[in-house]
Amino acid sequence: MSVDLEKLAQEEYKYGFVTDVEQEIAPKGLNEDTIRMISSKKNEPQWLLEWRLGAYDRWKKMKEPRWAFLRYPKIDFNEISYYAAPKSNPRPKSLDEIDPEIKETYDKLGIPLEEQKMLAGVAVDAVFDSVSVFTTFKEKLAEEGVIFCSISEAVEEHPDLIRKYLGSVVPRGDNFYAALNSAVFTDGSFVYVPKGVRCPMELSTYFRINAENTGQFERTLIIADEGSYVSYLEGCTAPQRDENQLHAAVVELIAHDDATIKYSTIQNWYPGDKQGKGGIYNFVTKRGRCLGRSSRISWTQVETGSAITWKYPSCVLEGDDSVGEFYSVALTNRRQQADTGTKMVHVGKNTSSTIISKGISAGEGQNIYRGLVEIGKNAEKARNYTQCDSMLIGDRCGAHTFPYIEVKNSTAHMEHEASTSKIGEDQMFYCRQRGLSAEDAVSLIVNGFCKEVFKELPFEFAVEAEKLLSVSLEGSVG
Amino acid sequence: MLEVKDLHVQVDDKAILKGMNITVEPGEVHSIMGPNGSGKSTLAQVLAGRETYDVTGGEITFHGKDLLDLEPEERACEGIFLAFQYPVEIPGVANTYLLREALNAKREYREEKPLKHIEFAKLAREKMKVLGIDEDLLKRSVNAGFSGGEKKRNEIFQMQILEPSLAVLDETDSGLDIDALKIVADGVNSMRDSGRSFIVITHYQRLLNYIVPDYVHVMVDGKIVRSGGKELAQELEEKGYAEF
Repeated sequence: MSVDLEKLAQEEYKYGFVTDVEQEIAPKGLNEDTIRMISSKKNEPQWLLEWRLGAYDRWKKMKEPRWAFLRYPKIDFNEISYYAAPKSNPRPKSLDEIDPEIKETYDKLGIPLEEQKMLAGVAVDAVFDSVSVFTTFKEKLAEEGVIFCSISEAVEEHPDLIRKYLGSVVPRGDNFYAALNSAVFTDGSFVYVPKGVRCPMELSTYFRINAENTGQFERTLIIADEGSYVSYLEGCTAPQRDENQLHAAVVELIAHDDATIKYSTIQNWYPGDKQGKGGIYNFVTKRGRCLGRSSRISWTQVETGSAITWKYPSCVLEGDDSVGEFYSVALTNRRQQADTGTKMVHVGKNTSSTIISKGISAGEGQNIYRGLVEIGKNAEKARNYTQCDSMLIGDRCGAHTFPYIEVKNSTAHMEHEASTSKIGEDQMFYCRQRGLSAEDAVSLIVNGFCKEVFKELPFEFAVEAEKLLSVSLEGSVG
Repeated sequence: MLEVKDLHVQVDDKAILKGMNITVEPGEVHSIMGPNGSGKSTLAQVLAGRETYDVTGGEITFHGKDLLDLEPEERACEGIFLAFQYPVEIPGVANTYLLREALNAKREYREEKPLKHIEFAKLAREKMKVLGIDEDLLKRSVNAGFSGGEKKRNEIFQMQILEPSLAVLDETDSGLDIDALKIVADGVNSMRDSGRSFIVITHYQRLLNYIVPDYVHVMVDGKIVRSGGKELAQELEEKGYAEF
């Protein structure tokens, strides 16, 4: 068994390679020129440049939030480069025009860009550092009227939609990292599903950080028009490096009447090494507006990567009878820290929300659940169910829970359950007595603990998530 | 196949086993009886490799190997099975999933090919019939929300699938009504053969009416104080443990 463990320990983070590709990288530092440069690179209209500059003005006046239960050194925003892009063809029409190195990168990551090689029924937008390098199945989706492209392309091709919706969920001055993102965002995905259309395939974006000393500031916008349905998944990885890298994304979702958006994340940014050196700082603002009646937004996240995670995918339930859901598995091993949870803001009548959070701490990891459930004064008969479970593996890790509940309407119905357990020595022994190795026993028990969340993921990704969890747990038992 | 010699075991500096000896040959059924706290369950746990017990002296050999050198999973793969007195619950893990993983771990250890889903399902269905286990029980999480009887039956079911060479039944009869007891006993009896041995730990003679042992041992204060044939169990039932 020990031989296998050694082998596995070396394989710990298998996405840590660097792609050698000629890159155009902006000089380090953040100022108006940087923003103008990004905007002109992307041929943006004047209004968007002004929008960015406005965000930058606000950001300059804001303080870095420190209320999270996270410890990390001060980030020097002038030591970061805000734009990195491969020098090759910026918007390839076909796969042949993509730099072979980049294509190979995605092959290595298990995301082949050739449509015939892809998982059937999944369309992919591949974002490499600051730019989208390719989007698959665009034509097929267009037949149904579904728009799936990079946000840069959407700015040029669908300016009305962008102008109408960009910042309509997360205003540019919403918070420190959202303002930073609004000023310097580079790429991300754009999805529009027209009225009554059930998107025929899973949409997914694969984010890859490659360049050194570069931040990735992605922006994703998904609009589901009346009666439509879309399931979207994002995956993320980054090379193994000694220095920390910043990733500050904004994701906005809009669901109109009777529309459903399922948004799943498998976050596997480089977590840093055992001593806590390196790893991604992941500061993300994700929010969805259930604008329409009976609309539904469902967030499912599996967070296993990053040195620091600061992330609260939220739902604003404005439409009557709308539904918000948050299913989360967050795992911290080694010196990882995650402060994550959700906000469910009930505005409309008969709105309901469900929160299922599973936190797993191993090694010296710190796992924090932070969640707000707010019932507005007009939210008659709103309902929330929160279940928040933590599991500890070993005795050097920590789990913390900060639930906030604000109820301004007396007809609300709230349920909150929480538990903390140590991975049972009894459970371990039971599995091992049946023949499972200690590693397999931990993985089995933890996967069982996360079952309720995994079953919310699209099938292919549920399998991937289970594997990822097992890999991330390696070395967590002596 | 199993030889326990002068075994001394402590928990938190408290001596529990104080010079335990027992030899089990292939095909034999041994019953260990004794009052509460005599160390019966400790022996079961130590045989299976529980790390909370300190073995301070003595030796255990199993099929010629030093058992104390092996990890719990290695012992399992070598053929030791413990039917737990209190089977644990593992939420979210399907009963059948754990069992297939376990069987395949054992097969891998023996350098055999893993069993495919469909092959495993067939095997499981066969064994289920014998024990009158509902298909539903397989899909449910391991022992979660099982009744006492279901838990014990599930242990025997696992034993049937894993086919150990030495099965240790730790008070498998406790909490069972007479019908469940018969099912469990049938499950054990159907597995008795010349190569497989059992150690049946129990308080009561009742179980031994159904699983008839070759040897009965009385354990008091950490060692075996008397051994005999199956008639010894009847004697204990009448007289109790007072004379020891």
